[in-house]
Amino acid sequence: MAKGNNSAYKKMLDKQYKELMQRCQVHLEQIEKDLPEPKEDLHELLKDRGFSRRDFMKWTSAMTAALMLPPVFRPMVAKAAENFSRLPVVWLHFAECTGCSEAFLRSSYPNVDDILLETISLEYHETLMAASGYQAEENLEKAVHDFAGKFICVIEGALPRGLHGQYLTLGPKGKTGVQVAQEVTSKAAAVICIGSCSAFGNIPAAKPNPTDCVGISEAIGVKTINIAGCPPNAVNFTGTVLHYLLFGDVPPLDSLGRPLWAYGKRIHDFCERRPHYDAGEFVEEWGDAGAIKGWCLYKVGCKGPYTFANCSKARFNEGISWPVMAGHGCMGCTEPGFWDTMAPLEKPISDQTIGGGEKTVDRIGVVLTGAAVAGVAAHAGATAIVRKARNKDDRMNAEEEKHD
Amino acid sequence: MTKRIIVDPITRIEGHLRIEVEVDNSNVIKDAWSSITLWRGFETILKGRDPRDAGLIVQRFCGVCTFVHYEASILACEDAFGVKPPPNARIIRNLINASLFLVDHVMHFYHLHGLDWVDVVSALSADPKKAVDMAKAYCPNPYNCSATHYKAVQDRITKFVKSGRLGPFANAYWGNPSYKLPPEANLIILSHYLDALAISKIGAQMMAIFGGKNPHPQSLVVGGVTSVMDALEAERLGQYLFRLKEMKNFVETAYIPDVLLAATYYKGEGLSGIGAGVKNYLAYGGFPLDDDWNNLLFPRGIVKGGDLSKPLKVDETKITEEATHSWYRDEEPQHPYKGTTEPKYTGYDKEGHLKGNEKYSWCKAPRYDGIPYEVGPLARFIVGYAQGYKPMKELVDSTLKATGLPATVLFSTLGRTAARALEAKLVGDNAEAWVNELIANVKKGDTRTWTRCDVPRKPAQGRGMTDPPRGALGHWINIEKGVIANYQAVVPSTWNCSPRDKKGVRGPYEESLIGTKLAKVDQPLEIIRTIHSFDPCMACAVHIIDPQTNEIKQFKVA
Repeated sequence: MAKGNNSAYKKMLDKQYKELMQRCQVHLEQIEKDLPEPKEDLHELLKDRGFSRRDFMKWTSAMTAALMLPPVFRPMVAKAAENFSRLPVVWLHFAECTGCSEAFLRSSYPNVDDILLETISLEYHETLMAASGYQAEENLEKAVHDFAGKFICVIEGALPRGLHGQYLTLGPKGKTGVQVAQEVTSKAAAVICIGSCSAFGNIPAAKPNPTDCVGISEAIGVKTINIAGCPPNAVNFTGTVLHYLLFGDVPPLDSLGRPLWAYGKRIHDFCERRPHYDAGEFVEEWGDAGAIKGWCLYKVGCKGPYTFANCSKARFNEGISWPVMAGHGCMGCTEPGFWDTMAPLEKPISDQTIGGGEKTVDRIGVVLTGAAVAGVAAHAGATAIVRKARNKDDRMNAEEEKHD
Repeated sequence: MTKRIIVDPITRIEGHLRIEVEVDNSNVIKDAWSSITLWRGFETILKGRDPRDAGLIVQRFCGVCTFVHYEASILACEDAFGVKPPPNARIIRNLINASLFLVDHVMHFYHLHGLDWVDVVSALSADPKKAVDMAKAYCPNPYNCSATHYKAVQDRITKFVKSGRLGPFANAYWGNPSYKLPPEANLIILSHYLDALAISKIGAQMMAIFGGKNPHPQSLVVGGVTSVMDALEAERLGQYLFRLKEMKNFVETAYIPDVLLAATYYKGEGLSGIGAGVKNYLAYGGFPLDDDWNNLLFPRGIVKGGDLSKPLKVDETKITEEATHSWYRDEEPQHPYKGTTEPKYTGYDKEGHLKGNEKYSWCKAPRYDGIPYEVGPLARFIVGYAQGYKPMKELVDSTLKATGLPATVLFSTLGRTAARALEAKLVGDNAEAWVNELIANVKKGDTRTWTRCDVPRKPAQGRGMTDPPRGALGHWINIEKGVIANYQAVVPSTWNCSPRDKKGVRGPYEESLIGTKLAKVDQPLEIIRTIHSFDPCMACAVHIIDPQTNEIKQFKVA
């Protein structure tokens, strides 16, 4: 690229960032005006837990990069973190298993996160709140009233529509889940779906979907930010809330409502076992010599090639492991309908959908990846991946012809 | 003149539970109904799928009881496939299970149950120095105990109160006369409430070391486990042991002393048997110490009518479920292998109350030999105690001696809560030996983590019975043409949350509330304290019914 063009490009970038930064500053000021004082002093709390100022700076750098922002935004990310406890959160439970709440409570990546989540101001959360019954319902009504237009509504669980919504009733008045969702989300500043149930329906919506369960967006027609996963990594939630505190709006999303910064890349592309896939070294059955050596899990059903999420980078529970590291393979839990589209879970998809045995695993993997990617075409760079896949496929066809 | 009180939602539990009670003029509970208000229909979803996928699906019954349904399903499949996992796999499953017990019991006592015993607002008026002395009376080296730290906890909560945004602590029953602890005791346990948030993360990591993640680990397969690299890696075992030590330390220097501290002030209620319930106890047994499940850490058996002198054996054929008062069409008692029912939702009455004489819950009524049974840590300890099982009897006897209380105190809400704490200690004390067992086995050259097996082509059936944190759990599967033809689970919270049966006999939650006096009729503190002592888990309890009545299958019980 010519020097002149380069500087024009730089100028354009500078202009964009300047605008973004202004927006961010305006929003941060707005937050200080609109939202109540922070409930917790984050720095006191960090100090109490033995985190230094430097640890916090390191964390803000990592988080700034994770959110795909340039380093100049670091002080603002720090400010947003300090503002975390200002943001009122109403957390609703519908057709769910509470696994997402548990994941949220046990978040520990990357260190500062868990403390940040402790400071979050849960105005309503059934698993944690002391009040029950009428007093619980009062808390909900009060939060929705006092913070109308300002609170974030976090939803865990899908909504059953069958039986006029009565497969799920809530509260002393026996309202259906759908009613409660409509009432609360209509007053919320934003709706974050935590987990694949509220995002896409997930397990209760698996075939034959006996209660006609669907995700929140589909059930009540509101726009939602979908933190997919069963359960998702809590860092994906933290980052999304931080983004909201920074800019007052949702981060860039893919066509399925998932934040691109966390769900923009394929598990397969950042998998620690990827070199073995490329080398054609596969675990053939559980516990075999390949399993002991950490070879690729594709043939025992890993769905990493079809799954968009950051598990291979973020891992779980303070990065101690993730399913592929534990030798099991990914089951595609961040993708809609995965219990049906990825099943049987211990077999490659090709076994089922493409007759005539395994062919070459690599080739089939590429073909299917192409298809999966085409389905989520709004992903950043998705077209590029499709093109790459096609090219690779063409190359392979050419190879085969040569052999013929 | 009776008055109806509705508590919905019961918070600090998994899932959606409604309790209604009738109190007389002196606020004593005369009748009670427990109702589950969500139905998801898992069994229908399971039909026609590869049986090997069932474990990961049924694990989503519940994210709090994560792992337990995964394991029970895998055990049911192994029974049906006719395969026995190698010793390493059994040990790794025990290690994952141990981490669950430690996290789950700690989280239950502090985050789900603690605020029924502890008055947060009262803690603010405590003298931190006196609190230190009090803590030391129950443990020589109490967890995170210093006047400075206790003061910091007070400051943090005071800030919440001043901001007017109490968050999870808002609008609760602070100041209710049923709170019996002095301010210093409230402060000690409240400080551990906050510590436990951090400590449960460590236990979750223990699970992730061999399970891949928590919640919802992903390393079990029919015939074994997949985390062979972790099992063979010395560093991983070290990571596990290091965290085990931290968890055990918390159990011994916070959890157990806090329960003893609470017992000092609540013993009156324990002695008068508040919350005792049906007094029938059922345990399936768990934590296999050999590959044939002959030798178990948790014993298997029954105690009926609170009679500790006559422990009985479990006969699986006597387990039934019925739906006279449940929102399903079929009402007759059926063994789980046959139990399939079509939803028949009849809703609430005109005043918005449960129709207590008709159908009123998505929960079915499990019965053993026709009567209701309580399951869970208390059931396990009562069965173990009655059988004279040494590890449990010693723990109970030493605790009774320390508190100067008789064994009858076990039959109460307090007893239920104390048994859970003792169980956390029992599991923690045994887990280290299992790591050593794994090392010894690998040293011998045995690196097997999986036994080769395949889905049976011929019709097959199997059951997995185990005893996870909330109590006796059974999964029943039958396989035809290589796919799931029928699947049933009778889970702990179904036993405990059971509605009435055909004969009108109440379930354990309902029965445990009868005779309890409410200090304030508009504050259901005593109700939620007793209900929470069972560690309710509603998501588990209501996925188990199959709406396809036309597909009733009959099987012999294995």
